[in-house]
Amino acid sequence: MQNNHLIDVEKLVMYFPVTAGVFRKKVADVKAVDDISFHIKKGETLGLVGESGCGKTTTGHCILQLHEVTSGKVFFEGTDLVQIKGKSLRKMRRHMQLIFQDPFASLDPRMTAEDIIGEPLLVQHLDKGKKYREQVYEVMRMVELEPYMAERYPHEFSGGQRQRIGIARALAVRPAFIVCDEAVSALDVSIQAQIITLLMKLREELHLTYLFIAHDLSVVRNISDRVAVMYLGKIVEITTSDALYSNPLHPYTISLLSAVPIPDPVVDRTRKRIILVGDVPSPINPPSGCHFHPRCYQAIDICKEQIPELRNLGGEHWAACHRV
Amino acid sequence: MLTIKEERVLEVKELRTYYYTDEGVVKAVDGLSYHVKKGECVGLVGESACGKSVSAMSVLRLIPYPPGVIEGGEIVFKGEDLLQVSEERMREIRGNRIAMVFQEPTTSLNPVLTVGRQISESLELHRGMDKESARSESIKLLQLVGIPDPERRIKDHPHQFSGGMQQRIMIAMALSCDPELLIADEPTTSLDVTVQAQLLEIIANLRAERGTAVIIITHNLGVVARYVDRVNVMYAGNLVETGPTEIIYAESKHPYTLGLLASVPRLDSPRKVAPRVIQGLPPNMAHLPTGCCFSPRCDYAMPECKEERPVLEKVGQDHYRACFYEAGKLRR
Repeated sequence: MQNNHLIDVEKLVMYFPVTAGVFRKKVADVKAVDDISFHIKKGETLGLVGESGCGKTTTGHCILQLHEVTSGKVFFEGTDLVQIKGKSLRKMRRHMQLIFQDPFASLDPRMTAEDIIGEPLLVQHLDKGKKYREQVYEVMRMVELEPYMAERYPHEFSGGQRQRIGIARALAVRPAFIVCDEAVSALDVSIQAQIITLLMKLREELHLTYLFIAHDLSVVRNISDRVAVMYLGKIVEITTSDALYSNPLHPYTISLLSAVPIPDPVVDRTRKRIILVGDVPSPINPPSGCHFHPRCYQAIDICKEQIPELRNLGGEHWAACHRV
Repeated sequence: MLTIKEERVLEVKELRTYYYTDEGVVKAVDGLSYHVKKGECVGLVGESACGKSVSAMSVLRLIPYPPGVIEGGEIVFKGEDLLQVSEERMREIRGNRIAMVFQEPTTSLNPVLTVGRQISESLELHRGMDKESARSESIKLLQLVGIPDPERRIKDHPHQFSGGMQQRIMIAMALSCDPELLIADEPTTSLDVTVQAQLLEIIANLRAERGTAVIIITHNLGVVARYVDRVNVMYAGNLVETGPTEIIYAESKHPYTLGLLASVPRLDSPRKVAPRVIQGLPPNMAHLPTGCCFSPRCDYAMPECKEERPVLEKVGQDHYRACFYEAGKLRR
């Protein structure tokens, strides 16, 4: 572990049991996250992409200890979060916050903006009285909401403004690390651009570290320093943002990138496209060997038998594929 | 002139669909005109609540009343004004000659019927097939949209399919009667990019094979660039710009279109270039500004923009825009 790492994830495994029958006997496991390791440096933004059901949200939740992980370690500035419980874990939570996907479902409709934003301060016993209100107004200004809106209820805000409330709530306790779970996916493009610009500005001003989870590769590219690509609970490729987009190595990354349409008819219609066949297989019973082989256009015999390890391919570029 | 007119599958003229709510009259669609030629793919683009879905629902007369009313205009489909015909006639057209793929497959499919039943329903109704031939036709359709093992899957219920599979079933249903016009309302919005690519490829192939005209309603400008021949950009219930896809992307002449294009992060643009942002929010449709609806958010707004509403005017070959600002001075 190096000193400049804020988050270190080692061999993280998260299985959810599938039960059946009256006695809820365990019959199988959903292998949501299956032995992944990575780190996030201080002040860095790591993008995490993949199709739905690949385990990217679960990974975020595991880092924040919202699930009891099956095995593995999650270090936050050298402290293993998996080992600590109760009060000391609650104290650590102050430093790590989460921004949710759906700004319509994630805010309590019966609380005012001020109550929503200030709640973490009360939970963490941070600011009280006059200081409480000052801090709420301060973070509201940071996310470009006016303090006079503090008395309003969520339904009085637009989608973009609600997402700003969600960001303000995360910022209220002055965290060092924020997991943005599909934070802009539910928004219109023009609003999406506003929120991304805001997140980038806050990162500079407050020296934040982000784990930016999204399925939209073009959004991730813009904000991330490094990007990890997940498929069925495993990281298949992780590298700097520039390298991933200019020189993707894993066949899954390549096809994922080629599926994203570019908003320019001249460029897009001349681009080579790889259309993946089929859907993502079930994580209860993933394919043998490389999980991607049934959909892979480069699969050979070894791919069916052996699980490829994440290998270093020079610099910060790692990929898990037999063919590269 | 007549020959050009005959090519048109659909012509929407001055369509006005209003909703009467407690807050006031919401002019969801206000004087919208556009047309779709045979075999053409037209994109309706805009932010949420700009009236793009309402305009499509109006074409099929599926606006819930109350509160919605189609106040005026014409919707000419193959020479017939759909706003004038009887409800029986409309039922013959709906799902048969004009088909629609809805945004959310999960809520659009009937959860208590097997997918086979749902597809064969329209085959029996519109094409007069008996049960047996409708069944075999349904299997063929499921195969066409790429559902593996259709003989077995036809007996399954919607919840046994993934989101992408459900949307394929919606497309199979829409295609069952070989429609002349297919309206796809945000067909891939809730789906992963890989599945999105699969589905749009299916629609594109069918269009090439059968010559079906397609209207794609979307907010994704990438999808538009890839599949659409003509782009109609909507803002607050009306068109602000329309033209061939290449022209709109290369030399748009409306500040809103330019703003939309600039706010999309692109895979091929230099990184660290933050997307340019359109300030502010879309207007409250119950209280639209008097002048140009986009003027409160527009960088170029002039005093006259606040007073008078611009109308579509020709700015190039088949290219129209509604804006007062001098086109040559717009920054790209």
